[in-house]
Amino acid sequence: MSTQTAMVDVRSVHKSYGPLQVLKGVDLTVRAGEVTVVLGPSGSGKSTLLRTINHLEKVDSGSVSVDGSLVGYRRSGNKLHELREREILKQRTGIGFVFQNFHLFPHLTVLANITEAPVSALRRPKKDAEAAARALLDRVGLADKADAYPKQLSGGQQQRVAIARALALEPKLLLFDEPTSALDPELVGEVLDVIKDLAHQGTTMVVVTHEIGFAREVADTVVFMDGGRIVEQGPPGQVLDHPRHARTTSFLSKVL
Amino acid sequence: MPLVDPVSDTLDAPAPPAAAPPDAPDPAALRIVPRRRTGRRAAAAVVLALLALALVSVVRNDAFQWDVVADYFLTTAVLRGLGLTLWLTVAVMVLGFALGTLLAAMRLSDNPVLRGVSWGYVWLFRSMPILVQLLFWFNIGALYPTVLGVKTVDLLGPVAIAVIGLTLHEAAYAAEVVRGGILSVDKGQLEAAQSLGLGAWRRLRRIVLPQAMRAIVPPAGNMLIGTLKGTSIVSVIAVQDLLYSVQLVYHRTYQVIPLLLVATLWYIVVTSVLGAGQFFVERHYARGTAGAR
Repeated sequence: MSTQTAMVDVRSVHKSYGPLQVLKGVDLTVRAGEVTVVLGPSGSGKSTLLRTINHLEKVDSGSVSVDGSLVGYRRSGNKLHELREREILKQRTGIGFVFQNFHLFPHLTVLANITEAPVSALRRPKKDAEAAARALLDRVGLADKADAYPKQLSGGQQQRVAIARALALEPKLLLFDEPTSALDPELVGEVLDVIKDLAHQGTTMVVVTHEIGFAREVADTVVFMDGGRIVEQGPPGQVLDHPRHARTTSFLSKVL
Repeated sequence: MPLVDPVSDTLDAPAPPAAAPPDAPDPAALRIVPRRRTGRRAAAAVVLALLALALVSVVRNDAFQWDVVADYFLTTAVLRGLGLTLWLTVAVMVLGFALGTLLAAMRLSDNPVLRGVSWGYVWLFRSMPILVQLLFWFNIGALYPTVLGVKTVDLLGPVAIAVIGLTLHEAAYAAEVVRGGILSVDKGQLEAAQSLGLGAWRRLRRIVLPQAMRAIVPPAGNMLIGTLKGTSIVSVIAVQDLLYSVQLVYHRTYQVIPLLLVATLWYIVVTSVLGAGQFFVERHYARGTAGAR
């Protein structure tokens, strides 16, 4: 089964901002078709870890591979040579990233937001890209918003457009950085529903979130991070209901 | 969890009848009378009176010679000068912003040499008065008598010197305006574009600059109007712009005031047109920011 191959392979990744050590040796494996939810308090390094997976953050040491190839580097002997920007951008087109604050392009319509990357990065004909974009909008329940500008949409709708924009590149991996944290409470559900839908279709995903209920329902693996390290990981039933570490227990008791 | 909202509960509740005064009529029938603003009216009256006095003196004082103004307003010499002023303004603005954008990109690059050179350029050309710079270029022949075998004086006429001097000056300011615009764009926009695999040129052209334009247009409009009027400085090196053209006339006729009025009125006309143009440019770049389209 394809679930046996590693889609993401993070090995002893370290990252510091000046004197502040954000990641202190993180190892993480995500198998194809699985959903990994990363939990942890603010400042635990979970967003930074996610951003190293598509090279938005460079690692100080260690390595990140997606679908068998190193992200951002080429290995020769004992050296990792940083790739040219063009090559890194190409790798990124295979990795969808959804931001906490959506980061839709405010001066472009919803449709243009979604077609921008397929047209300019994948050289798709504009017509095909637009047809695909409309299909994606339909999938996230926003078929009638193609010509709207982002500011005319609610937060939940904007985030669903952002998900459609990431999907337009047909990525093999989707990364979500606290996708519902900037939303009003009543809008969280509509975004989580779209993500759940993707999970059920077998999309490989890594989701950083504070939504414990979502983790329980959708995750194949729950990872708990604290202080730049992975404290424990396992199936949701184990990590959420029978945590082995005191740190996990105390975190869960605060957020539940 | 059942939630009770005590605030809206009290708001929704009807006011107790005991609280209303005994003789209260229907509140909907009450008329609202605005407060008298005596001070405001007095101030307006004083200002209007002063304005009227000024207007009367302008119309009554024959020394303004409005008939002479009318005579010269549309003469070929004046229109030709206006044409050169407009041409010079457009050329300086376009070249200045092209160079300024390049300087801004250099200043924001990761390359420390490019950053330093850009900083040094802005430092130097913002420090030098434009008049000094123009005189300097006018006398450049003293430094380099010949360029590639051609006499510098023949190579650089007054108009070429005006374009070069004004452009170099303009670029220093344009660089800061463009840099400010680019910095005003949220960093997340760039990250989103990167994570979608958009190349550097595409990110700048399609994502960053259109959004930066919202912050660039108002100061650029200021600069455009400043440049239009600022070109009048080239009259010192005998370039026949609008100001120099009317000067040529009044040196002959001694009708100094009416001819300066001719130039002033033209500057006002063009500035007003540019101001109106700016409105439409700003509206264009405000796409997607207004609540409704």
